[in-house]
Amino acid sequence: MTDLTKLTLSQARSGLDKGDFSAREITQQHLKAIESAKALNAYIVTTEETALAQADNADAMIKAGTAKGMTGIPIGIKDLYCTKGVHSCSASKILKGFKPEYESTVTQNLFDDGAIMLGKTNMDEFAMGSSNETSYYGAVKNPWRVGDKDYVPGGSSGGSVAAVAADIAIATTGTDTGGSIRQPASFTGLVGFKPTYGRCSRWGMIAFSSSLDQAGPVTKTVRDAAIMLESMASYDEKDSTSINVPVPNFEASLKGDIRGVKVGIPKEYYLEGMPVEIEKLWQQGIQWLKEAGAEIVDISLPHTKYALPTYYIVAPAECSSNLARYDGVKYGMRVQGDSLDDMYSKTRAAGFGEEVQRRILIGTYVLSAGYYDAYYLKAQRVRALIAEDFNKAYEICDVILTPTAPSAAFALGDKLDDPLAMYLNDVFTVPASLAGLPGISVPAGLDNNGLPLGLQLLGKAFEEGALLNAAEVLESAAAFTAKAQKWWL
Amino acid sequence: MSVDKDTVAKIANLARIDVPEERRESLAGELNNILNWIEQLSEVDTDGVEPMTSVVSQPLFRRADKVTDGGYRDQILANAPTSEHGFFAVPKVLE
Repeated sequence: MTDLTKLTLSQARSGLDKGDFSAREITQQHLKAIESAKALNAYIVTTEETALAQADNADAMIKAGTAKGMTGIPIGIKDLYCTKGVHSCSASKILKGFKPEYESTVTQNLFDDGAIMLGKTNMDEFAMGSSNETSYYGAVKNPWRVGDKDYVPGGSSGGSVAAVAADIAIATTGTDTGGSIRQPASFTGLVGFKPTYGRCSRWGMIAFSSSLDQAGPVTKTVRDAAIMLESMASYDEKDSTSINVPVPNFEASLKGDIRGVKVGIPKEYYLEGMPVEIEKLWQQGIQWLKEAGAEIVDISLPHTKYALPTYYIVAPAECSSNLARYDGVKYGMRVQGDSLDDMYSKTRAAGFGEEVQRRILIGTYVLSAGYYDAYYLKAQRVRALIAEDFNKAYEICDVILTPTAPSAAFALGDKLDDPLAMYLNDVFTVPASLAGLPGISVPAGLDNNGLPLGLQLLGKAFEEGALLNAAEVLESAAAFTAKAQKWWL
Repeated sequence: MSVDKDTVAKIANLARIDVPEERRESLAGELNNILNWIEQLSEVDTDGVEPMTSVVSQPLFRRADKVTDGGYRDQILANAPTSEHGFFAVPKVLE
């Protein structure tokens, strides 16, 4: 029997359309593969019964001729999305036992289109981390490894990328606040796409940093990302930052032609001490796009070096406000106390992990009386300058090419004791997040150890189609076909 | 600006997180590392720059001020650690 777990989303779609196999068959094969890949810890829970019921519904849709792009496609959902009646805890102890009474808009859109949920994928607690080691449910192992050594899958969408790289989901949803889709995609040889802020509804996504959080797909190919984003995206009155613009047919913008497209190369992204391999791959990427007929333009994004420190004021500030809701009253766990305040403090001390506590404290500090102007307001001003850098750059270019991350995947435990070293992972992804711009990581090569490396393309706001088109050209030039060895079998 | 043990206790109280005495010193060190690194923003000239308050410039949409949804008391209470008589229940606030 054909191994249906190896298919890309677009291959699965066409196989389902032609009746080569059923949604039930492809779902069953994935559920079986998940069983044998427990060692990765990619899923927190699996939802077999829901999956099979959704599969039968998808088969009925296909039979009735009402199939959409995602009909019959088995996917994993990041634990950060509220899914009705199913474990949704953002991988935090404090939300232990929480089963939402409602469905997030993004997952509802996917299910309306006939997608099948295999389970909830692991992640850094409340999406705070770049290695998936802060999860209450334990670290995720990268399917890629060197010899017998285990590597991190990146984060925060670590379970989402591990699942796709290990062929235990055709695709997954991720979320990206400062790089949480793109960096892990780069670490696992996948496509990770963060659309424009406001493109997908945040309703029912467990909030971390509301001005930055954005949903997006993790897929095997650029085409798959186009198909999945079209299903996820929608205007939603329930999210006041959702933008009321039409959702185009993203797949139709994949023309395989970027002649005349102006690709900006930001000089500030050349980092001192950046691994030679990353710099070489970036040069190679420039060459590939040039050969495809793009025009290479040198650009400057002068405030790049201030993006990370800005992010580490804005994100913790918003996190400290958002996470104030976890107080042992409305949902999740409670630790009894002598008074109401005592109950709050004990519950939050026991329920939040170390990194989450650190960020809440930083956020509380920068928002506290006397420091608000010096930190938070200052960061909001620098953020405006960073956004303005991109506006100016886009006057002379259409897309921007950069590395996705400053390194390949690192070993489990390597950066766990050094928060600052961990934060640097997002140095290339954070600036576009602050500006709300779309970005995509495309697998482009392997490092000396045989670990995947990605290149990042950034686009203009709401021009995801043009960005996907350039990304697909980069993808075909890179012709990345390597797969992780299935050592867990 | 530097954070000491007492400041940690103060912000931990504001954040309603019980940080034990023995953890405050090391936490002050960790926070200072991060804050010192953030400090580089002071190099940036931001005079006359308006703070960015919305990511995509769009006016907030308006809608009629009427009830369109609701009546979910039981669903809202379903995940509460304790509820009584249709309310969230908390430790005694008034003696």
